[in-house]
Amino acid sequence: MDFFKRHFFVALSAVLGLIIIAYVGARGNLQLVFGVVVPYMAALIFVEGLVYRVIQWARSPVPFRIPTTGGQGRTLPWIKRDLGDKLDNPSDTPHLIGRMALEVFAFRSLFRNLRTELVKDPDNPEGARLIHWSYKWLWLGAIAFHYAFLVVILRHLRFFTEPTMGLVLMLDKVDGFLQFFTPAVYLSGVVLVAAVGYLLFRRITNPAVRYISLAADYFPLLLILSIGITGILLRYFFKTDIVAVKELAIGLATLHPKLPANLSSLFFVHLFLVCALFAYFPFSKLMHAPGVFMSPTRNMVCNNRWVMHVNPWNYPVKFHSYAEYEDKFRDAMIEAGIPVEKEQ
Amino acid sequence: MADYKNEFGFFAERPKVEKKLFDRNKVIAGLVIFIVMITIPLWQNLGKTVAAPAPSLDTPVIKQLAAKDKKCVMPTEWMRANHMQMLVDWRDNVVRTKEQLVTTSRGREFVAPDGKQYLASLTNTCMECHSNKVDFCDKCHNYVAAAPNCWGCHLEKGKKLAEAK
Repeated sequence: MDFFKRHFFVALSAVLGLIIIAYVGARGNLQLVFGVVVPYMAALIFVEGLVYRVIQWARSPVPFRIPTTGGQGRTLPWIKRDLGDKLDNPSDTPHLIGRMALEVFAFRSLFRNLRTELVKDPDNPEGARLIHWSYKWLWLGAIAFHYAFLVVILRHLRFFTEPTMGLVLMLDKVDGFLQFFTPAVYLSGVVLVAAVGYLLFRRITNPAVRYISLAADYFPLLLILSIGITGILLRYFFKTDIVAVKELAIGLATLHPKLPANLSSLFFVHLFLVCALFAYFPFSKLMHAPGVFMSPTRNMVCNNRWVMHVNPWNYPVKFHSYAEYEDKFRDAMIEAGIPVEKEQ
Repeated sequence: MADYKNEFGFFAERPKVEKKLFDRNKVIAGLVIFIVMITIPLWQNLGKTVAAPAPSLDTPVIKQLAAKDKKCVMPTEWMRANHMQMLVDWRDNVVRTKEQLVTTSRGREFVAPDGKQYLASLTNTCMECHSNKVDFCDKCHNYVAAAPNCWGCHLEKGKKLAEAK
């Protein structure tokens, strides 16, 4: 088995294993475990693990500002800086907030993703030319996926709030405004699955990306893809009693869990996959979500030129000075005829 | 830890990195915001117990039915999950396929599993018995925030009559 197959099929069989576990559990008499115990456990692991890791990160000092930037830093007054420079290389907090906002809401770093390619060029004696160009498909797939997932998660609040929040009702209308199919197709669900599908496709088909992809890269994609697919199946094709779903969800949210009968096995598969995602979150690359707020190249003002930053683990270094060196080797140096500064 | 010894002995103290939370206030503020955000449903529902909706079957028509006739066109469990699909199928048969041209309205026949034949019609069949939209349909629809577009065309019978009077 080659590298790709090993990593891809481990992730794939993990997801299939989760599906089988949930299906068998729901078919067996473990509905209470999969409906109540596992969701609470997953939520606890998610919150606790995330807080723990953020605290761990925050215990590492980041003493210096790291200006990885495409913009002109603040310098002599006659050197021009436009808004782009100020946002890329912020010298004050408002622009820093601007940079973080662009990063968090618009994935600016990804937007500037460059790709290097050989293109055919008959004018060139070698017949090809190396170009660097901004490759937007990854950014598009990523941002479509993230926003679709956000909308999907917010829409699910209708199961956890009673009366349902106004925001959720509004999202529901906007998301289903095409009024196509019954129940109305939510655009976010389609976009979610399509975007995750693209991200997975890209990972598998692009040799350079496949070469650096591990099971930990395929697993979240496959997991989210199967969450999306089971969700779509539940909503449009193999319907379960949605009132029972809400009873379960609101029971969990009011801390009075109760397990309604009449929930389908597919629903338990969907729920268990979501729980797996939440429980897996703190241990995985998905921690880039809190991580983006803590990335030192993004969240610090580039003020190295005018503010002194002291390394907190600076220690007094014991120098071995030349005088000490000469003291130690004076006799040998004189014997060898090497000039010394002090004859004694 | 690296070895800080060279041929002349220790050339440096071991680095002392403070064990503390750097940017403490910002980190804790961020975490608090995060936790409050993801627990909004908990705060909203704090101390509440939300009862499951109990759609009412208490309508004049249902009351008059004999005990053996008090059943829906399909089993209740099935209807809970799939009634919307059935209604849409009915609509598509009547409105969107050729069947509407057949005067005997074959497209409007619905044969229940027990062999009984019904007119496939929301207003005339379903709402004949379930004339209490507010206490029947809306109960669950509001509970799960479903906004079916049935009522864009179909009027509530009782309401219409009441208005006419």
